[in-house]
Amino acid sequence: MPEIPTPYTAGKPALKKSAEDLRTRIPGWGADLDPADRPAYPREQPGIETGAHWDFPDRQPEKWPRERSVEHAFLTPVFGTSTPPKGVSGSIRKYAYKYSEGRAAHWLLLIAADRVDAWEHHLSSFATLRPDNPVTETGVLSEFSRHGISSRFGKKRADLSHQWIDPVIVGAPWALAAGGVAAATLRTLRKRGAA
Amino acid sequence: MRSMVYRGPYKVRVEEKDMPPIEHPNDAIVRVTRAAICGSDLHLYHGMMPDTRVGMTFGHEFVGVVEQVGSSVEQLKAGDRVMVPFNVYCGSCYFCSRGLYSNCHNVNPNATAVGGIYGYSHTCGGYDGGQAEFVRVPFADVGPGLIPDWLDEEDAVLLTDALPTGYFGAQLGDIAEGDTVVVFGAGPVGLFAAKSAWLMGAGRVIVIDHLEYRLEKARTFAHAETYNFVEHDDIVVHLKKATDYLGADVVIDAVGAEADGNFLQHVTSSKLKLQGGSPIALNWAIDTVRKGGTVSVVGAYGPIFSAVKFGDAMNKGLTLRMNQCPVKRQWPRLFEHIRNGYLKPSDIVTHRIPLEHIAEGYHIFSAKLDDCIKPLIVPTAA
Repeated sequence: MPEIPTPYTAGKPALKKSAEDLRTRIPGWGADLDPADRPAYPREQPGIETGAHWDFPDRQPEKWPRERSVEHAFLTPVFGTSTPPKGVSGSIRKYAYKYSEGRAAHWLLLIAADRVDAWEHHLSSFATLRPDNPVTETGVLSEFSRHGISSRFGKKRADLSHQWIDPVIVGAPWALAAGGVAAATLRTLRKRGAA
Repeated sequence: MRSMVYRGPYKVRVEEKDMPPIEHPNDAIVRVTRAAICGSDLHLYHGMMPDTRVGMTFGHEFVGVVEQVGSSVEQLKAGDRVMVPFNVYCGSCYFCSRGLYSNCHNVNPNATAVGGIYGYSHTCGGYDGGQAEFVRVPFADVGPGLIPDWLDEEDAVLLTDALPTGYFGAQLGDIAEGDTVVVFGAGPVGLFAAKSAWLMGAGRVIVIDHLEYRLEKARTFAHAETYNFVEHDDIVVHLKKATDYLGADVVIDAVGAEADGNFLQHVTSSKLKLQGGSPIALNWAIDTVRKGGTVSVVGAYGPIFSAVKFGDAMNKGLTLRMNQCPVKRQWPRLFEHIRNGYLKPSDIVTHRIPLEHIAEGYHIFSAKLDDCIKPLIVPTAA
C-alpha cells in the first residue's frame, strides 16, 4: 500500500533539517523565535513612545480649498500640497470627492481624471519650450544599453505575454492624434483645392 | 531644485521645481542623498493608482541631510543625517498612539482607508516624494531617525521601506519553529521576507517567481528553496505535492497589484485598470496555504475591487493578516540584526542611477532589464 500523505492522518511532516542544522547553516536562524522579540507583536501597543509633543497637531494653513474624503470629520491638520487640481481633470477630481471611499464612482472618476490630466498636460506641453517627448520620458532607449533582448528572451518570463501592450498604451494615443491631425489637414487641403 | 516628475503612464522626466517650503511648525526640509525606486512606485508609473497627478514627484524611500527645520522641531537640527520612513504620520492620533503608524488619521485628507505616504498619489495624501534634491518631511520629531554612524547610507535607504516591510510580512505570518513558509515574489520585499522567516525559526522557506535571476538571488541571499511558476503547469498543485499535500503553514504575498501568471487578471488590472490589482499571487497564496494557516499580505494593492477568491479563504479557516508596515517600530530590532551580521540590506542593490537619468531607471526596473532587483537614485546635489 502506498504511503499516506500528511493531511490524511494526524502526524506532522518531519522537518527536512533539524533546528541545529538550520542554526549552523543560516545566520541568525531563530533569533526572533520568541514572539516577544518581534517588534510588530502585539499589533497594537497603546502608549507607545512616538516623539509627538502635542495632543492634536497644529493646523497647516490651507492655501486653496483642499479636496478631502467625506469620511473625514474635517480637513486633516497636515496634508500634502503637491499639484493642486486644475482644468477639466481638476473638476472631475473635485466631483469625485463628493462620493465616499466606499463608492466605486469615487475611484472610477479619479482614474478617469488621471487619464484626462495626462492628455491636458501632453497637449499644453506643446505650447511650451519643452514638449512631452515619449522617447526620452519612457526611457525606452535603455533597451539598447541595458540588454533589452537578452534580458527577455530565453528566460522563461511570464510577462512577455503582455509586454507588447505597453508600447500600445503609450504610443497609440500619439498615433491616433497624429492620424487625426493628418486627416484634418488633408480635408482642409482638398476643400481648398475644390474651391 | 532638480526633481523627478510624473508625466502620465510610463512617462517621467526631471524638471526644475521650487524648493519645498516649511508648511507646518514641525516640518523639516531634507536634502536627499540617496533615494530608491520601489516596486510599488511602478503601480503609479503604470497609472494604476487613482488620483496620481501629472507633475507629482514620486519616491517614498530616501535618506538625506536636514537642511532646515520648522519652529517646533526639537529632535533634529540642520546638518543631521536622517533616514525617513515611508509613512507620513503624526504620532498622536488614535492609531499612531497604538503603534499603527501606517494608519495615521491626521495626515491624509484624501482618504481614511490609508495613511500618508511620500510621493504616492493624492490617495495617500498628496505629498511630493524624495526622488528629488530636496523634500518636505512633516512631523520631523516623529518620523525621521538619525542614521547611526556605523550604518552605511545604502543600508539606511533600504531601512525606509523594503527591509522593514519584508521583516513585517514575516511577522504577520506568526511563524512558529519548524513552519513551512512560502513567499510569492522574489523582489526586494520578498527576498527580505524570506530572509526574515528564518530569523523567526522557519523550518523551510520556499520562494516563487518567474524571473530566474531573482530566484537565483533568493537561493544565495535568502537560502531559500525556489520554484519558477512558469516551469509548472499548476504551481498550486506543485506546492501541494512539495508539502506532502498539506500546504504551507504560512504564505506571504510579496507581489501585490501587478502579479503575473494569468493573462486575463494581469491585463484587466495593470493595463485596463478595471481591478485595484491583479490578485494572482494572493489567490495562489489562499490556495497554497494549509487549512487553518496564515496568509500575510505586504504586496500593495489599489483601492478598487479585485477578484479575490474569498470563499476558499473562508472555507479553509485562514487567518489573513496585512498592513502597510509601521516602519519605525521595526528599526531597533533590525539594527541589532544588521550589527550581528544576520542582515546586509544593500546586498540586493543592483543599479545606481543618477537622478537625471531617472526615466531609464524606471524603464529598466519596470521591464526587468539587466537583472535589475533594486535601483537606487543618486540626486545631483548628493
